[in-house]
Amino acid sequence: MLIKPNPNGTDRPFASEITPREVFESRRQFIQQLALGTISGGALLEMATRQAFAQSATAQKLVAKPNSAYVVVDKPTAYKDATSYNNFYEFGTDKADPAKYAGTLKPSPWTVSIEGEINKPQVLDLDGLRKLAPLEERIYRLRCVEGWSMVIPWIGYSLSALIRKVEPNGNAKYIEFTSLADKRQMPGLGSPVLDWPYVEGLRLDEAMHPLALLGLGMYGEVLPNQNGAPVRVVVPWKYGFKSAKSIVKIRFTRDQPKTAWNQAAAAEYGFYSNVNPQVDHPRWSQASERRIGEDSFFTRKRKTLMFNGYAEVASLYTGMDLQKFF
Amino acid sequence: MFHPAPRQLQVIKAAVFVAALLPLARLVWFGFADRLSANPIEFITRSTGDWTLYFLCLTLAVTPLRRLLQWPWLIKLRRMLGLFCFFYAVLHFTTFLWFDHFFDIGEMWRDVLKRPFIAVGFTAFVLLIPLAATSTNAMVRRLGGKRWQWLHRLIYVIAPLGILHFWWMKAGKHDFAEPILFGVIVAILLGARLYWRFLRNKTPPLRAAPR
Repeated sequence: MLIKPNPNGTDRPFASEITPREVFESRRQFIQQLALGTISGGALLEMATRQAFAQSATAQKLVAKPNSAYVVVDKPTAYKDATSYNNFYEFGTDKADPAKYAGTLKPSPWTVSIEGEINKPQVLDLDGLRKLAPLEERIYRLRCVEGWSMVIPWIGYSLSALIRKVEPNGNAKYIEFTSLADKRQMPGLGSPVLDWPYVEGLRLDEAMHPLALLGLGMYGEVLPNQNGAPVRVVVPWKYGFKSAKSIVKIRFTRDQPKTAWNQAAAAEYGFYSNVNPQVDHPRWSQASERRIGEDSFFTRKRKTLMFNGYAEVASLYTGMDLQKFF
Repeated sequence: MFHPAPRQLQVIKAAVFVAALLPLARLVWFGFADRLSANPIEFITRSTGDWTLYFLCLTLAVTPLRRLLQWPWLIKLRRMLGLFCFFYAVLHFTTFLWFDHFFDIGEMWRDVLKRPFIAVGFTAFVLLIPLAATSTNAMVRRLGGKRWQWLHRLIYVIAPLGILHFWWMKAGKHDFAEPILFGVIVAILLGARLYWRFLRNKTPPLRAAPR
């Protein structure tokens, strides 16, 4: 399948180029059969079937409809990599720590308190969150500020659905996400690396952009603990740390939220933190990235794309100096 | 007081040599066993950097330990430890040049000049080269003991640079536990030398008894 760049500069396939579902399904079956009888079965199977994503026998499936408007052509990262290598400082600063220690997190029961400058403050439980809008599967690129990247099939819906439901009033300019901070569940909270709880935020128009996702699952299942269970945000055109995990509070504010990394090192982590190859981190270049599972010993790092390749968000920043508001 | 016989010393040296290669062997083994994490390059970079610092500390620990344990023979191991520090530094640097820059020297220089923590690490590595090059007995003779000793005092500059490189690298994570630990160890090892020098200078010279 030849992918031509879209006129709008993104590299999404045209609808006409996406394989019809039936054809795809039958191809999948064929590859599965092939995979079961070959040495490289594991790898082929991984590409061919969702079952390969199953984290365990007990993982809860989450039924979602693939949304073809939000699919990148990049190959999704292996489930094993996406769930064993990430940052979640509440469980430690090493990227192996979340997978090692997040077993103590209790993602159910769970409530998210929605408050601040809105007409309808409310507390939503998981059931309420999952029923708020139809669940979609979207395949997004994820770019970490540290210079590595992945491609993840998320499950959720546009954050805008939730925002509309709670009716922000005229004072609401920003949205602030607060993550859980419970020492009994999160061993990393003993470290003074950041001021807990972890706080992140977006400008309201950023949060309303259809790309901004309220994430409830990935790889066909509920979110694994280490990836921010049970509810998180996914903002694919910004560095990964902007996408807060294990959210317990969503507050609408007049003023720009005091976000965790910006408070810790304002010169290094700006409030906006849009993926931008022209704005280097003070201590490393952001011009390129290493795609986990692909760019390894014999392939060069790949070029980082402006807004992580999501050019359609550019209009949010018209007239803003992105060197200054990094 | 333990004094190994020449035979025993050979065995000890061989054991240290083999042990010093284990970190590399572990990386190779992990590579085959698919245990280098989702980001093997980062894993190798960190591991080789860590072992460079470990061997740096071990090398610097020889002098204080000789004195504290009264084991003068430890000096016989110092050259090997120092060379292993250089060996892991070479692996560390090669990882950076190969995987980060694909042997693009121009790009590497831009990186070195642009990023202070790389510049500091690179400087430390470059300063290690003359020490490794002059590690043979023949080179000691050619330079003469005094000059050789002065040259090898570069290690007192290299060590803090190595710690600083590690410190700035970790600053991204706001995670200073390890750099502080290494810093304290190196400070103690260098401080012990200064302290003993101070003691030596303080002992009053012998005077003739007054009549």
